[in-house]
Amino acid sequence: MSGRNPFERESVLAPLMLAPIALYMVLLVGFPFLMAFVYSFSNVTVGNPDFHLVGFRNFAAVLRDPAFRHSLLNTCIFTFTSIGLVLVLSNMLTELLMREFRFKWLVRFLIMLPWTAPIALGTIGYLWFLDSVFSPLDWLLRRWGLLGTPQALLGPASNMYWLGRPGLAMASVILVHVWRLLPLATMIRIAGMNSIPRDVIEAAQVDGAGYFRRLFHIVLPLLLPVISVTVLFSTLFTFTDMTVVWVLTKGGPPDNNTQVLASLAFLKGIQGGDLAEGAAVALFFFPVLAGVAMVVLRIAKKAVVT
Amino acid sequence: MANVQLVGIKKHFEGVKAVDGIDLEIVDGEFLVLLGPSGSGKTTLMRLVAGLEKPTGGRIVIDGQPVNDLPPRERGIAMVFQSYALYPHKTVFGNISFPLTVEGMPREDIRKKVEWAAGLLGIGHLLDRMPSQVSGGERQRVAIARALVRRPKVLLMDEPLSNLDAKVRHTAREELKLFQRDIHVTTIYVTHDQAEAMGLGDRIAVMHEGTVRQIGTPDSIYNDPANMFVAGFVGIPPMNFIEQDGVIVGFRPEALLPAEALPDKDCMRLRLLVERVEDLGSHRLVYGTIGKVKVIANHSLRLNLREGDEHEFAICSQEIRRFDPKTGVRVRP
Repeated sequence: MSGRNPFERESVLAPLMLAPIALYMVLLVGFPFLMAFVYSFSNVTVGNPDFHLVGFRNFAAVLRDPAFRHSLLNTCIFTFTSIGLVLVLSNMLTELLMREFRFKWLVRFLIMLPWTAPIALGTIGYLWFLDSVFSPLDWLLRRWGLLGTPQALLGPASNMYWLGRPGLAMASVILVHVWRLLPLATMIRIAGMNSIPRDVIEAAQVDGAGYFRRLFHIVLPLLLPVISVTVLFSTLFTFTDMTVVWVLTKGGPPDNNTQVLASLAFLKGIQGGDLAEGAAVALFFFPVLAGVAMVVLRIAKKAVVT
Repeated sequence: MANVQLVGIKKHFEGVKAVDGIDLEIVDGEFLVLLGPSGSGKTTLMRLVAGLEKPTGGRIVIDGQPVNDLPPRERGIAMVFQSYALYPHKTVFGNISFPLTVEGMPREDIRKKVEWAAGLLGIGHLLDRMPSQVSGGERQRVAIARALVRRPKVLLMDEPLSNLDAKVRHTAREELKLFQRDIHVTTIYVTHDQAEAMGLGDRIAVMHEGTVRQIGTPDSIYNDPANMFVAGFVGIPPMNFIEQDGVIVGFRPEALLPAEALPDKDCMRLRLLVERVEDLGSHRLVYGTIGKVKVIANHSLRLNLREGDEHEFAICSQEIRRFDPKTGVRVRP
């Protein structure tokens, strides 16, 4: 029976409840994406709204650009090193936080802190940490005699120039990004751990398996669905992220030593005004991300079924 | 094959005395049952032997070797968990072979041993299945096969039958006893089910509040209880207690019979006020009071007793156990 109240009818209620997300998808995801897609085949710039379709010219120009190739490589290094580190470190943190000890709440609070702080703010903190002149890390290293004297381990210069030397700048960017991803990855990992019956782990212990055998033969296989989702989400997130890079190095030190695709697209399209080429850079993500998203969905579906 | 000695074993969890000073010796090939209500410390005691908990005090010796500081894998024990704790991502074969793989045994030997264990438990045809694809009873056999495949010195079982349904449980109990005798492995078995304990155990240790209240054969636990706790815990329904001349007099429901059944023996006669009668087919349970104290009688006569009737019952003197009213300890004449 159709009720008197239209809100009790599924044919009314369902579209109504779905409307916000549909609107959001269309206006904030679909429309910009479509615009980027069209722009990438055009000659549009910020200053000149003159619009002509130019085929694949933008893509060809981007591919020829050494900055783009450099950024592509950097993006891969940035993404995969971060995720590798996050996996290992979140495992260690999980082991720590699964144990009982005094002041556990304090440790847990400190570990979760990066997640709650606005990311730009946290990164600005690191900007000071890694400053070329005032870095407190450098001060500590000098204090310990590791830096600033002719025979010091880390060289005779008075500072490390964390963000000014190519390899070191990349390492710094990666570490700050790891700092930022770690809390969420650890939380997910702990939740996954709690879903493994304690009996099963103890059975493996009684069966004679040591820590690493338990980890690789029992714990990780059982956590596989959880871990794959974490890894894939982190991949998506890292691949498209530019906050840390932009706040710390703006892609420098020259030439593009820490430039990633997202920051390059921003640099070209927004700061440089060449919307068309910026869109072309951004669209290079698309096939990769679409593939990753498909894998995520497949795993999520499997995890629900079993 | 080995004996197990526990000397003054204690385990305290933040002030709670889960196990409070237990001395126990389990001889080679023996089937010892730890029986007690929940919270009596029986599972903790087993976990201490397994090495999954560290004792607060005391010594554990397996096969002459002190094992206090050894991790579970170096103790030569195997354990069957209440939940079976199978590895859900491994096949039945992978589950049973895991302890051997860990030892680094050659593949061909592993196959032979797994087939031996699976054959022993009649699950040879399930080796390629996943745990989720076999029944509860089969899962339990997989768990036992996994425990046995290494030929442990001591087999520990934590309520392995409690997750089975009643019918399967009965046959599983029978088989468990048979194969334990076959392979002659020292076994410690935890349960709160006294029928299991009586049926399986060579000896039973009755536990209560972290201590062993009595240890002995099923017959001595039932017929010769050392204290009121054991007398009241073992037996369904439990022993009746009435106070008489400053001692507690205990007698089993099946010893409290209508006077007609015990015509001219050396018996104590009592008048019982019937409150309720349960006819269970093979026997009848009579719930009533003897001078205000609730008692239960269990007999198989066809008497037409009704609620409110007063009937003469009797207990033979050899069926009476006397206990000290203050300590609950048995008073022997």
